[in-house]
Amino acid sequence: MEIPNVAEKWTSSVNEITIGATKEKGGTREKTITIGGSKCIPFMDFDGSHGHKPVIAMDVYDTPPDGWPETLIKPFADVLNDPAQWAKKCVEYGADLICLKLEGIHPDKGNKSAAETADITKAILAAVGVPLIIWGCEHDEKDNEVLPKVSQAVKGENCLMGVVTQDNYKTLTVTCLADGHSIITLSPVDINIAKQVNILVSEMDFPLNRIVMFQTTGALGYGMEYTYSIQERERIAALTGDKLMAMPVICDVGHEAWRAKEAKSEDSDAPQWGPREERGPMWETITAMSLLQSGVDIIRMNHPKAVAAVKKCIDRLY
Amino acid sequence: MALTGLDIYKLLPKTNCKKCGRPTCLAFAMQLAQKKANLSDCPDVSEEAKNTLGAASAPPIKLVTIGVNDKKVQVGEENVLFRHDEKFYHPTGIGITINDDLSKEEFDERLKKINDMKLTRVGTEIEINLVTLINKSNSAEKFTEAAKKINDSSHLSIILSSTSVDNMKAALATCAEKRPLLHGANAQNCESMAALAVEKKCPMTVTAPTVEELADLAECAKKAGVEEIVLDVSGNNPKEVLQKLTKIRRAALKKNFRAIGFPAITIVSEEDPFQEISLAATYLAKYAGVVVVNNCEPWGIMPLLTVRTNLYTDPQKPIQVEPKLYSIGDVKDNSPVMFTTNFSLTYYTVQGEVESSRVPAYILSVDTGGTSVLTAYSGDKLNDKTVAKAMEDCQVASKVKHKKLIIPGLVAAMSGKLQETLGWEILVGPREASGLPSYLKNEWHN
Repeated sequence: MEIPNVAEKWTSSVNEITIGATKEKGGTREKTITIGGSKCIPFMDFDGSHGHKPVIAMDVYDTPPDGWPETLIKPFADVLNDPAQWAKKCVEYGADLICLKLEGIHPDKGNKSAAETADITKAILAAVGVPLIIWGCEHDEKDNEVLPKVSQAVKGENCLMGVVTQDNYKTLTVTCLADGHSIITLSPVDINIAKQVNILVSEMDFPLNRIVMFQTTGALGYGMEYTYSIQERERIAALTGDKLMAMPVICDVGHEAWRAKEAKSEDSDAPQWGPREERGPMWETITAMSLLQSGVDIIRMNHPKAVAAVKKCIDRLY
Repeated sequence: MALTGLDIYKLLPKTNCKKCGRPTCLAFAMQLAQKKANLSDCPDVSEEAKNTLGAASAPPIKLVTIGVNDKKVQVGEENVLFRHDEKFYHPTGIGITINDDLSKEEFDERLKKINDMKLTRVGTEIEINLVTLINKSNSAEKFTEAAKKINDSSHLSIILSSTSVDNMKAALATCAEKRPLLHGANAQNCESMAALAVEKKCPMTVTAPTVEELADLAECAKKAGVEEIVLDVSGNNPKEVLQKLTKIRRAALKKNFRAIGFPAITIVSEEDPFQEISLAATYLAKYAGVVVVNNCEPWGIMPLLTVRTNLYTDPQKPIQVEPKLYSIGDVKDNSPVMFTTNFSLTYYTVQGEVESSRVPAYILSVDTGGTSVLTAYSGDKLNDKTVAKAMEDCQVASKVKHKKLIIPGLVAAMSGKLQETLGWEILVGPREASGLPSYLKNEWHN
């Protein structure tokens, strides 16, 4: 029996962004990563091209992370004090990019200086050949003090830097514009604020095709569906021609999934949930896999087992 | 395509007799169009109108019921492609396989494990729905014996899987009253499997390599008299499976194509449990009505059940916990008291952090209509008066000897007024729930 043609004719596509710069382009990266470009609902390439494959960024902290469960510490145990070595390990584990999370610059968590942070960032770039995401501590004053110096120190590397919000966007926008980096705009699970931040940043002459959007990520079981639906709406808006929603999307899956009890509880506290060595990575994997159906281009992740599973699954679905 | 209120009105008697309980025929027509009324409410409706409206108002995706009583699984009858457009109505049935060629001990042990697959997270018990018996032995005797065992000792609904109609018939003799889903009809045996399904009044699947052939087989089953059909799109190529699921859903909803207006089933079988659960979760999101896996471990099944809980939540309705005073751990009259809202996500996040701190504490969940702390505060649903009322309603003052109240750091601004209204000392807690363990351990002294 003949089946009606159900392919959708989308009028527009998700913006393409390249992160990282090789020698020829003024940087030092061995390879660059290009994301976006999709003209279809995720993985439905009978609608139109599905653009670039979603990629995985693995987190590296500038200071040993606070409160990580043993399962998560184990694969990084010997490098948690050395961000450059940590980044190297992530690349071995299959990371497409490194996301340097500047937790240690927060006034309550180490208050690291701009100079020290710039050194850490340069050390990571020297240690690995993949592109870099640089993520502040989300303390506005401290971010505004540190991020511009870091940005200057890695000028020409075409990093992805964040995050800017509707209340704090000017400093980092100007900086990224001057140093040739792309930027991440944050909104708290709110599609209207997402658009508003994009407008504010673009009004400072920042090009729309150098913005990546971030909706605060909800972990599986802890609000994942809110993030899912907002991202799905953003993706449909992008495909139907809304230029202010056409940015690729990044999710913070690792950090959020590992905050969940289901991932981090010790076996003695939750014997009925099974061994944490499987349970934790699985919780992270399934948070990522569900969100991928809503339209995600970069996924920040932590556990190597989860990274391997998600990468393999993306390859099979793509 | 769906009829508009005016289209329907033209088919009604137009007498405004009010017998349907509505003031006018037009009002009734409008409600019919919105599917808020049944045509049978009108006693004077013509046969012609019945036929026209009946066909148009039948749901584009047939509702299929597997099992009986309170454990039955109902799938299908979905209206949208994206949950934000309305909501998903009938949660995906989740099943685990069991083979009939296991030894007696292995079989009993696995069946027990499947039966016990109930998990409690954030205060709610979640559970799988289906046990899927696979006729791996190809023997009618073994299949029947296993079916009988499941019928006698499992509360779950059943899927029987065999391509042999004879074996299916034999096994069905032991459990037909549980209305299992018959899985195994294909191009070779469709007619005889359909005859069996009709005879035993059971729903059945059809299996074919392409969507076109699935439509042919569904047509064959329908002709034989089977009404409740499930389309089997299982396969080894995940991309193909996922695209088929979307094509079937789109054809039914956007093209009103009835030939495949049925829910779909995917049986996912992978050596690596991470791949298996990943694919099962993916198919569950888009758009399988039934998902079956081999994995029978809580660390695999719990995330899968949670994806279902999340995505089938009504996106228009905030989920709430009962606004009351919750005791966490072994509370005493010197335990800390804090409040948060009754938005379940907010509440359970706070509860989780308090539990992990191992400091016994009271959490007062203030009725904010199920909104988060900041939303409630901005909307004036969380202020000194609503907190004072909640304190009063729950008689907090009689539970503890001290007069100290920890408030969310996000609403530090209300501390002055609250102190005045309550006459309690206000302690500003952390802005994020994740700060609670260290706050309770280091800052709370009493």
